[in-house]
Amino acid sequence: MTPQSAVADTKNRRVGFIFAGVAFAMLGMAYAAVPLYEIFCRVTGYGGTPQRVELSSVDVIDRVIKVRFNAATHRDMPWDFRPEQTSQELKVGEQGLAYYEAYNPTDKPIVGRATYNVSPFKVGSYFSKIECFCFTEQRLEPGERVSMPVIYYIEPDIDQDAYMSDVVEITLSYTFFAVEEGDQSPPSTQSGR
Amino acid sequence: MAGATPTGWKRWVYSTNHKDIGIMYIWFAFFAGLIGFGMSGIIRMELAEPGIQFIPSVFGITEDQARHMFNVLTTGHGLIMVFFMVMPALIGGFGNYFVPLMIGAPDMAFPRMNNISFWLMPPSFILLLLSTFVEGQAGQPGFGGGWTAYAPLSTYGHTGPAMDFAIFSLHLAGASSIMGAINYITTIWNMRAPGMTLHKMPLFSWSVLITAVLLLLALPVLAGAITMLLTDRNFGTTFFDPAGGGDPILFQHLFWFFGHPEVYIMILPAFGIVSHIVSTFSKKSIFGYLGMAYAMAAIGFIGFIVWAHHMYTVGLSLNTKVYFVAATMVIAVPTGVKIFSWVATMWGGSITFKTPMLYAIAFILLFTVGGVTGVVLSNAGADVALHDTYYVVAHFHYVLSLGAVFAIFAGLYYWIGKMSGRQYPEWAGQLQFWVTFIGVNTIFFPQHFLGLQGMPRRYVDYPDAFTYWNQISSYGYLITLVGVIMFILVFAYTLFFAKKTVPDNQWGEGATTLEWTLSSPPPFHQFNELPDMSKSTGH
Repeated sequence: MTPQSAVADTKNRRVGFIFAGVAFAMLGMAYAAVPLYEIFCRVTGYGGTPQRVELSSVDVIDRVIKVRFNAATHRDMPWDFRPEQTSQELKVGEQGLAYYEAYNPTDKPIVGRATYNVSPFKVGSYFSKIECFCFTEQRLEPGERVSMPVIYYIEPDIDQDAYMSDVVEITLSYTFFAVEEGDQSPPSTQSGR
Repeated sequence: MAGATPTGWKRWVYSTNHKDIGIMYIWFAFFAGLIGFGMSGIIRMELAEPGIQFIPSVFGITEDQARHMFNVLTTGHGLIMVFFMVMPALIGGFGNYFVPLMIGAPDMAFPRMNNISFWLMPPSFILLLLSTFVEGQAGQPGFGGGWTAYAPLSTYGHTGPAMDFAIFSLHLAGASSIMGAINYITTIWNMRAPGMTLHKMPLFSWSVLITAVLLLLALPVLAGAITMLLTDRNFGTTFFDPAGGGDPILFQHLFWFFGHPEVYIMILPAFGIVSHIVSTFSKKSIFGYLGMAYAMAAIGFIGFIVWAHHMYTVGLSLNTKVYFVAATMVIAVPTGVKIFSWVATMWGGSITFKTPMLYAIAFILLFTVGGVTGVVLSNAGADVALHDTYYVVAHFHYVLSLGAVFAIFAGLYYWIGKMSGRQYPEWAGQLQFWVTFIGVNTIFFPQHFLGLQGMPRRYVDYPDAFTYWNQISSYGYLITLVGVIMFILVFAYTLFFAKKTVPDNQWGEGATTLEWTLSSPPPFHQFNELPDMSKSTGH
């Protein structure tokens, strides 16, 4: 091997390693997309992801919005799950309290986890939940029936957003999934689309 | 080692020579293409009449098994044509053979990695073929979830090992392409002949450079996504399963972040080939050379930020759709630059209509048709109606089957004399072109009508109302079949019976790139004395 071609080889190797690094970085990006996607949805309310808050709203304004309640279960989930009220009308900023009922008709305990979102998707960032059964996993003993609360309000800022002026109705939706034994990853929102 | 010329099986299996590896890629693409083409034949024959009869009678299976087999065939056809025909032919084949010749390099930067890149392809292809024989969906062989492999159909919809075989197949093909991409980038970056600046580099080399960058950025994302599928399927992770906090839509985002650049990966090298041919047979240098090069770069860049236009029906918010519609339409601008520059190259040129030129002009025409239907589909509103209909099938077959594949034919006719030293009979080439041109248009043009009438893709059966255009489409397949048989005959004659009489530059003054300064076929090792391009003004 001539000295010249040795120099060329080193140069090639450097460029080759740089671009191999780029390929590995993109592989890492694909995995990073998983948490980033979820954070993105939670922060922006994207895909109808409601906000999770600690305190209720200070202001209450005069605009009335109807909140409808929806419940669904995954096909592998044997629970009966339904909202105890179909809708509530409340002022923007006012604190709402709604109940969902879940019943385990089987003869074994089942742990469930609910995903949730609101529609229209664009109101996700204005829909705040203070307390929700969907924040944690729920365990129902055989034949157990529970009533589960949701405490929420609609951010008064919604009135300043012209893009939200057509919102008169919001649907809050939950889907319950059965959690398999040993599968204990933290609950999560149904992230954006 | 310099000057050594290995012979026998070692020449091919141990090959580190870019020309030999390029030729192996082209043969590989040819055989894979025949299998993919055969699969589409079964699909078209089944769809020639409403009802399910062709597959059950030919394979002796029940109607229900035929439904699954049809899905396996569409999946296999898509994967084979994308990963084992178009990519190996355009990138591995022509790219390996001609990029070093055009930039005045003695070989690729990493010849042994080049060997690995090629030899990963046959095992990968075998894995994909094996996947069709092992259980996929409960009790039935093969994966039938489409080349996009959306979760959950690819997770708990197909519990058998067929999907795992397909995933491993794509892993190998992906590793092969990523190594190939690193090789091209390094070669073009470091090994251009003295004076061969990037702005003097032939457009085909430009197209391969940009394609390699796209491969490098897109394929690892596919590898990640299908690895997540693999662990979801086998190791209890829940990346795409909402029961464990995952989201199936995430798979679509990852897949199309790869999938959209992938379509440009398939078409950019075709752009490069067509530019050379149009320039050669118009006896003019290409119009707007720099614009052509940077239009490809622009298409490559925009290709990464439009992926969700494949996902208008998953429930994207209005603002997101607005962005993706606008960004997608912007691609028409650099693409238009290319179309008009090709036309302007021909304008006032001294045009000879040899077979490669016929294919190149047909490419421009048909790619434009596919581009126009693409702009229609880019509208989220229109797409909701046309999503997953035959209109989409017609659209992407116009840009790929009639676009990229025509460019492969064009490249073969253009360079076969250079690669083999033997010339095809011109009349036979032209006849083959016209039969193929009529055939593929008869297949795919009626599919626009079927799509607009609402016929969904990926179904084995359809209502009687769709019979008429489906029959015509299937007749088109038979015409294309004649075209493919003629292609085999023309090339068999050329390679085995034609005399080795091709001069260095068979196309005359229009052919200005460096490969035409070498003998036909080129010597086993070329450019031991690097050509000095600093005086040259052409590209």
